[in-house]
Amino acid sequence: MAASSVVDRDFQALEFAYRRSRDQQASAPAFHDVVVVGAGPVGLALAIDLAQRGVRVLVLDDDHRLSSGSRAICFAKRTLEIFDRLGCGERMVDKGVSWSVGKVFFKDSPLYRFDLTPDPGHCRPAFINLQQYYVEGFLAERAAELENLEIRWKNRVAGLRQTAADVELEVDTPDGRYRLRAGHVVACDGSRSAVRTLMGLESKGRVFQDRFLIADIRTSAELLPGGATERWFWFDPPFHPNQSVLLHRQPDNVWRVDFQLGWDADPVEEKKPENIVPRVRALLAASPAKDVDFTLEWASVYTFACMRMERFRHGRVLFAGDSAHGVSPFGARGANSGVQDAENLAWKLALVVQSAAPDALLDSYADEREFAADENIRCSTRSTDFITPKSEISRLFRDAVLGLAREHAFARRLVNSGRLSIAATLPAAGLNTPDVDAFAGDLRPGAMAGDAPLIGPAGPTWLLRELGPDFTLLWFGEAPGWAESKAWRTVGIRREGLRDAEGVATQRYDATPGTAYLIRPDHHICARWRAPDVEGVRAALDTAMGRR
Amino acid sequence: MLNTEFNLESADDFYEALIEAHRDLSAAQSHALNARLVLLLANHVGSLPALREALAVARSNTLGTPSGAAANSA
Repeated sequence: MAASSVVDRDFQALEFAYRRSRDQQASAPAFHDVVVVGAGPVGLALAIDLAQRGVRVLVLDDDHRLSSGSRAICFAKRTLEIFDRLGCGERMVDKGVSWSVGKVFFKDSPLYRFDLTPDPGHCRPAFINLQQYYVEGFLAERAAELENLEIRWKNRVAGLRQTAADVELEVDTPDGRYRLRAGHVVACDGSRSAVRTLMGLESKGRVFQDRFLIADIRTSAELLPGGATERWFWFDPPFHPNQSVLLHRQPDNVWRVDFQLGWDADPVEEKKPENIVPRVRALLAASPAKDVDFTLEWASVYTFACMRMERFRHGRVLFAGDSAHGVSPFGARGANSGVQDAENLAWKLALVVQSAAPDALLDSYADEREFAADENIRCSTRSTDFITPKSEISRLFRDAVLGLAREHAFARRLVNSGRLSIAATLPAAGLNTPDVDAFAGDLRPGAMAGDAPLIGPAGPTWLLRELGPDFTLLWFGEAPGWAESKAWRTVGIRREGLRDAEGVATQRYDATPGTAYLIRPDHHICARWRAPDVEGVRAALDTAMGRR
Repeated sequence: MLNTEFNLESADDFYEALIEAHRDLSAAQSHALNARLVLLLANHVGSLPALREALAVARSNTLGTPSGAAANSA
């Protein structure tokens, strides 16, 4: 095994210097096309995407540090594909631990195992686990490479007013307050969004009356047999009766344990190491690792709510990530859906700022991501109701499902320890062009383009990697002359050039010679044909850009 | 969708078997058995509209409210 020559930066200790900006002594407020509020995973992903698209972007953050504690740790395949596009996917995957297998336990014995890898032929794994500070650190380092992306630390938005022409911001700094004007503002400032509060808006929904303890422990030895990386979930284990427990691996020999505590637990008491350590010891004693040594890295007691804002767009101000919606942690739908918000918005905002698409395209951001938020909230609410039943009868049915699951496969499909994040398939209306031809499979307009292994002139590659930064016309077989256009990139899969050596792409896209898919910059499919003509493709492109 | 016409092969045999299945069980155990029975039968039926209709009919009958409207809207 090769020794790692690169020592990871301690991203938790990293401090970013506040620097006085020229805007602070400008005689009139400086104008910026796009101001992103919040340098978390969502704000950074959005800012990088915009900057890569040639939009000058300013990020304001009220702090000068990255995430403290591991917080969001599960990053889904789709999010990794986005990070690939942003130029830091490889680092995330190299540092993260890939996993796809989960095991579910009920009381003192295993119920079943599941594998989230649907089928082979995808570049990225179903999930990696990676501490949020690494994700933010890698994104921040990527952001620093982009000359049209500026981050101002210790810049807190203290006032916001929309006019017909722009948004006026007041920003507090260690040197006092200054003013800015922005063409658009995107609030990526988290569940307690200051922008949302300043605008008198609310995020509403259901608060769950339960408390959870999350603790990160660093161990001296492997916890699972053979050093396995698996998600282990217990319902009602003997070491923590009547509650649920989750065990998840992170890089650096760190493990996340998540104990359901119940509503009556005292968050201050529960956060004390002397109360956490016995709980962890009890868990480890029941695990294959027995009495392995560990140190406590970080702990937090949390409650959660499933909620969202009614609209994600308010004129020139848009909301993305936790500021717009909140979910329970079961299913890893928080940070993942936030990064997916950012990707949905980035290309649209870039086109609007560059006057290449009408303002109405931004309404589709709100429509599509509100739809996705509803799906995420529905999934995470259902998981929460299963994991923490709130009535006697709900508990009765939950235990009946678990009781049947060991012996009867059908009941395992009812067990819900979290329906893990997958990208939403957008509704048929909106930016999509309805099918006129018959296709088999799931890759209908609105769905996320599927990956597949391909052979290119330079060797093995992946379908998603070959897609253009803007719109792509994915063509199977020999394409006619008109298929080459400045309006999109044509990617042809044929006998020469880019080949589908294993047949996965052809099968996954149910392709025959002449089949073409129009794929958006965010890799959603928006139209497909068996035998397209130039008018049809142009019309579909106009629809997808909000021009019709 | 939900068949509420008579459909059992042998009504009296089924009813006897149902009661027999609960013999010597505590109330808590009987509830647990019933919950498992609902899940097994629901899986056998499969159809979501039929199951929704059955839930609506059972609920309205329990509450003593007319079932027609609830069943149709389900």
